[in-house]
Amino acid sequence: MQKRLIVNHQLLDIMVLRLCHQLIENHGDFSDSVILGLQPRGRFVAQRIQSTLATILGKQVPTGFLDTTFHRDDFRRRETPLTANATKIDFLVEGKNVVLVDDVLYTGRSVRAALDAMIAYGRPASVELLVLIDRLYTRHLPIEATYVGRQVNSLQSQRVLVEWKDQQADEDNIWLITKTEE
Amino acid sequence: MQELSVRNLLGIKDITPQDIQLIFETADNFKDVLNRPIKKVPSLRDITIANVFFENSTRTRLSFELAEKRLSADVINFSSSSSSVKKGETLLDTVNNILAMKVDMIVMRHASPGAPHFLSRHIKANIVNAGDGTHEHPTQALLDAFSIREKYGEVAGKKVVIIGDILHSRVALSNIFALQKLGAEVMVCGPVTLLPKYIKELGVKVETDVRKALAWCDVANVLRIQLERQQMKYFPSLREYTLYYGIDKKMLDSLDKEITIMHPGPINRGVELSSDAADSKQAIILNQVENGVAIRMAVLYLLAAKQ
Repeated sequence: MQKRLIVNHQLLDIMVLRLCHQLIENHGDFSDSVILGLQPRGRFVAQRIQSTLATILGKQVPTGFLDTTFHRDDFRRRETPLTANATKIDFLVEGKNVVLVDDVLYTGRSVRAALDAMIAYGRPASVELLVLIDRLYTRHLPIEATYVGRQVNSLQSQRVLVEWKDQQADEDNIWLITKTEE
Repeated sequence: MQELSVRNLLGIKDITPQDIQLIFETADNFKDVLNRPIKKVPSLRDITIANVFFENSTRTRLSFELAEKRLSADVINFSSSSSSVKKGETLLDTVNNILAMKVDMIVMRHASPGAPHFLSRHIKANIVNAGDGTHEHPTQALLDAFSIREKYGEVAGKKVVIIGDILHSRVALSNIFALQKLGAEVMVCGPVTLLPKYIKELGVKVETDVRKALAWCDVANVLRIQLERQQMKYFPSLREYTLYYGIDKKMLDSLDKEITIMHPGPINRGVELSSDAADSKQAIILNQVENGVAIRMAVLYLLAAKQ
């Protein structure tokens, strides 16, 4: 396995700060907007976005975590069943501008499942997508992000790993991992 | 990623404590789904499930049907009373005819112990035992244990007494297996005539005095007298049974602690449980019914992955 660092922790901090300012341009003080992090890995991005926005705006933006397991289209096409994570949304999505947040946009299937899952919590006024990494030319569905940290060219055999200190990593880093024949 | 160790849910005896924990964790998520404005997920939209009931059922059948529909499965219902079984068709022929219609899972209730086990040796579809005679009723035991876990945080270390017609109860046997696998202490209590002769072999305490049993336990799971399964008189009269084994609010108030009352339903009000006890704050009977849907959703979801 080969690991190549594509975004280090300083760059990741700058990236998150830029994304937050882009969000503020469109959502102002977030009085009508909410953030939904997609479980499991989008949750950490959403928490980082929320804490950075709190520093800039001086207020906590409503942030929830959305699990899409039961709405995915690859159930029974896998070796083992998908394990669900907790959904935690303690606010109404009805009529709100929702920003879905995930770490990596790859095929677009997770985001499709998220749109499906989100409808159970009401009809949002609008939905946007924020991702740290957009893997180019890999989409299975016509889904694109509104806010992108960085676009990456990658092979199908590769994967992108976003590491957070919150998850016991040494530093916040983003890696491109290539599986090699042992 | 975890998965069940079995491809059919025939009984609690066949599954591991890890399986039970996985079912509980999955049910936690489905319980969350059931409390959303839209209580439906598309997980099983490509699955067809047949509910094959050779015995009467209200709660279990409704609960399974609702669980299936909440998971977006296609559902067909079969009831023996209005079917060709009356014309002499065998169980295997009946089920094979249903399977020929491209059914993926069978939820079956049958009066004969071992009927789903027999079927599992002859068909490829996943089978869920919804009760086989006086043998097992696995999903009932799972939802009972899940309700105890919800109330107390965990099942391990809890003292649970099963009171009533132990001899004819599939709920009792499945409960004993489930509770023991989760680390609870189990006692059975009832008239000697309604206690199986070798019940102690299962590692349970045996008590014939209901007051002593209630003083011992944290949770009392009260069973219905199953007159429909009784081929002879096991006690002089229902009135006498109520006198010695019926539980009322006064009896509960006389204890120096607040125990939890459970009942798998349907309740014979005024026989095994008085109305004031069944409707008291100590009773979690309706929570059991609510949890039944989440547990059955979890079982169906996890088994569907084993196709």
